[in-house]
Amino acid sequence: MTPTRKKRLAIVALLVLGVGAAAAVAFTALNDNMLYFVSPTDVHAAAAPEDKQIRLGGLVAAGSVQRDPDSLSVRFTVTDGRHDVPVSFEGILPDLFREGQGVIAHGRLNQDGHFHANEVLARHDENYMPPEVMKSLESAGHPPEASKQ
Amino acid sequence: MIFHRLKVGFHRLGSPPTFHKLCRVLSPWLWAGFLLCAAIGLYYALYVVPPDYQQGDSYRILFIHVPAAWQAMASYVIMAILAAIALIWRIRTVEIMTMAAAPVGAAFTALCLATGSLWGKPMWGTWWAWDARLTSMLVLLFIYLGIMGLYAAFEDRRKGARVACILVLVGLVNIPLIHFSVEWWTTLHQGATIRLLGESRMHPSMLPPLIWMTIGVKLMFGAAMLDRARNDLLEQDRRKNWIRQLIGESA
Repeated sequence: MTPTRKKRLAIVALLVLGVGAAAAVAFTALNDNMLYFVSPTDVHAAAAPEDKQIRLGGLVAAGSVQRDPDSLSVRFTVTDGRHDVPVSFEGILPDLFREGQGVIAHGRLNQDGHFHANEVLARHDENYMPPEVMKSLESAGHPPEASKQ
Repeated sequence: MIFHRLKVGFHRLGSPPTFHKLCRVLSPWLWAGFLLCAAIGLYYALYVVPPDYQQGDSYRILFIHVPAAWQAMASYVIMAILAAIALIWRIRTVEIMTMAAAPVGAAFTALCLATGSLWGKPMWGTWWAWDARLTSMLVLLFIYLGIMGLYAAFEDRRKGARVACILVLVGLVNIPLIHFSVEWWTTLHQGATIRLLGESRMHPSMLPPLIWMTIGVKLMFGAAMLDRARNDLLEQDRRKNWIRQLIGESA
């Protein structure tokens, strides 16, 4: 390699490293703002502000879904295994919404710790398998490990 | 000896007529390979593999979405390596190849975003969310478009290519961001299913179409990039002697 090329190689390496370092610093500083949703534990730790739009993410607690037969109102509990947040929502839920499913609710937390959602999104995990495999896994007592919520 | 021959071969590629010939010979094979792999892959994806336990048949769009997303990122890494070579050695054919990679990568990024959006509506309940994964992928599209725009903005093509190559290297920082966005932050998008290290989260019976489509898409990237590079080279050199000779040969 000629000296000119060595110099150019050094400049290229410095450019990539410099931009990488700048991005690392910027995203470390912005870390909290990069989160798309907060967990029920964060809500309980009062990390989430009241009366401000937030996204709450977690699993729909088993046996918690109550539908109003006369309207689109639905109540359920979002849990992360440690803490629960009761959620109410009026509208059409995504097809994947069911008990035990990951969801993200967008809305406000009121003073008594009740969450009023104006949008509910379903979150699916990274596991893909045929229904029969899932059935045999379930009957063997080894459902797939759910993704971190 | 082998190293020396490789080195000579590498330097020969810097010569426009040799590069042109290589593109012309390779491209049909790559296109044919792509068609074959895509046909097998799509057949497996649509008719052979079983439905998913959670998403039913909707998940089959994965066999386009995931290879497109991988190729969008792989194209960028290839483009960045070419850009570094172009900036250090100032080889014109490499500059042309770098610039030829950008629109192809941009097309895969757009395909990934479009199929992801179509998939997101029935499954998640929304076409779009500003989470870290989706946003960083959109940024990748804008970086690709920026590179194409910068290259086109200069009257002097070589100068345009060199300036755009610098932008390619600056934008490289976005690639690890896309990959790790689902691990570093909470996102609507789920984590990685296929992992290089550790066990993949997809049942083996569903893997064949993903492998076929991934190979096919890589061949298509190579074919489209070489075709674009050849066209750019022919256009830039249209008044040069070697092209006159080439036309003379074929006439």
